[in-house]
Amino acid sequence: MNNHTGGRKLILLLLLVPLVAVLVPEFYNRSNPSIGGMPFFYWWQLLWIAGVAICVGIVYLVTRRAR
Amino acid sequence: MIPKFNGLEFGIVVAMFAVVAVLGFLATRWRRAGPLASVEEWGLGGRRFGTAVSWFLLGGDLYTAYTFVAVPALLFGTGAAGFFAVPYTIAVFPLVMFVAARMWSVCHEHGYATAAEFVRGRHGSAILALLVAITGIVATMPYIALQLTGIRAVIETIGIGGDWPLWVAFAVLAVYTFTSGLRAPAMVAFVKDILIYVMVLVAVIYIPYKLGGYDVIFHGAQSALAAKGYSTLLSGSQYLGYTTLALGSALALFLYPHAVTGVLASRSRDVVKKNMSLLPAYSLMLGFIALLGYMALAAHVKPVGGTAAKPDTTTIVPVLFNTEFPHWFAGLAFGAIVIGALVPAAIMAIAAANTFARDIYKPYIRPGASAREEGLVSQIVSVVLKLGAVGVIVGLKLTFALEFQLIGGVIVIQILPSVVLGLYTRWYHRWALVVGWIVGMGLSVYMLYITPSTTTAHFGSASFAFSSWGIHTKMTIWTGIVGVVANLVVATALTPLLARLPRGRDETSPGDYGEAEAPPIPFGPGPVVGQT
Repeated sequence: MNNHTGGRKLILLLLLVPLVAVLVPEFYNRSNPSIGGMPFFYWWQLLWIAGVAICVGIVYLVTRRAR
Repeated sequence: MIPKFNGLEFGIVVAMFAVVAVLGFLATRWRRAGPLASVEEWGLGGRRFGTAVSWFLLGGDLYTAYTFVAVPALLFGTGAAGFFAVPYTIAVFPLVMFVAARMWSVCHEHGYATAAEFVRGRHGSAILALLVAITGIVATMPYIALQLTGIRAVIETIGIGGDWPLWVAFAVLAVYTFTSGLRAPAMVAFVKDILIYVMVLVAVIYIPYKLGGYDVIFHGAQSALAAKGYSTLLSGSQYLGYTTLALGSALALFLYPHAVTGVLASRSRDVVKKNMSLLPAYSLMLGFIALLGYMALAAHVKPVGGTAAKPDTTTIVPVLFNTEFPHWFAGLAFGAIVIGALVPAAIMAIAAANTFARDIYKPYIRPGASAREEGLVSQIVSVVLKLGAVGVIVGLKLTFALEFQLIGGVIVIQILPSVVLGLYTRWYHRWALVVGWIVGMGLSVYMLYITPSTTTAHFGSASFAFSSWGIHTKMTIWTGIVGVVANLVVATALTPLLARLPRGRDETSPGDYGEAEAPPIPFGPGPVVGQT
């Protein structure tokens, strides 16, 4: 354990971001703006697949170095 | 209605199946360090899979035939609500990242092979462990059966009416799983995933090109859905059902025995955590496959099989491939779907069999069983489970295969307090957890029982309509969330009340939950499988 424990705990909040982004349909249940004919509802959720990989990836890298 | 038999497609599927069967048998020899006949080697692949093999194994394990068949069928039938599979497979990774890592560490330290074994060690309660074991096995059964509906959809599309191909496929699967254990699906998963990725890439580019773009697809789907009273967007009354179904499914996923097996087969805690950020690649594939349901609507695909009044909508993806692609490509895609069903079915049967051997056979039937005997019991039970699943599925005809899996999720989430909270705290009293399980499970089964579908009076859906309780609304909620909240409330309220009853002995210690790496391999310096 070193002095940066608090900062590393904070990074765990990153895990909440994709949860809020895809579990609250009030935010994204609409057609516009659409991309290439795909309604917002669909491309927003598909986009967050990349989002979750990045968020979890960052948390992985940070908590790995923490050891 | 069964379409005309297609010999070319049938031949390609049979050839691909044969290649996979040979691979499955060869896997017996794949970098093995010790004797095969034990739960450790046969059922967990020696706990030596590195990042790459674990990625394929967990991907093949968690993204199952329901991905290719049931999710598109749900979008085809009910529109936007079926897309819940995408938020579900997004939410699961941030939720389970640290839980799975702690699970790996404590199980590795104590040699646990199942969640029930951990519960017995942590809470010191044989009853609670037995409940967890039975819950896991019961919840896995419909999941194995769901894989079969994927194979049957392909068989019907090729133009074979009988059930004999299902028996043949599962008999071969049972034999090579018996001999090779977890290594067989791990090896086959490579082939499966490469095939599936190619198939999906081609499909999501070529089909929209042929149909005139995603614009046309979504408009076509919207008008087809509107005629049935559905839409490509959610209605306000669907929000709660959508969110709870996605969240609950995500919480339930890693409680299944086959998911635990996939995690525990990893070489290190680091491999488990790393894969939580690599596995979403499969979710992207799932998302695009889901949209095949809309492509089928826009292309006016008519499902085959089933009855005239109740066609088998799980066939829409195979039929779509049949109408939009040349037969040789459709044949390859069908082979991929069949193999994609065999991989998870094998892992599920192995995981449930491990649970039976470790948590029912050894404690209750033969307390003195050796590791070899335990392994043999596990091998035999895996065969029985597979053939049992075929028997169940041949007797049932289903409109929405996915409801099968959703009911399994409602059941399995009831072990969340014992397993997941157990990984973090010893505060809960073992008897409070037992009573919580009874209340949560009882309530869930009752709610499932009073939920009708269009064709059955009971167990029709895992989405519970509040109107069943006389509440005047169109809102629904995923049944499992209600059950597990009741479970948690009871367990939390009873724990202080039961303080005078003796607590179980906890054989784990706080340091066990953070252990990072595997110690040297007990059978000597064998090479590490798939190390990266």
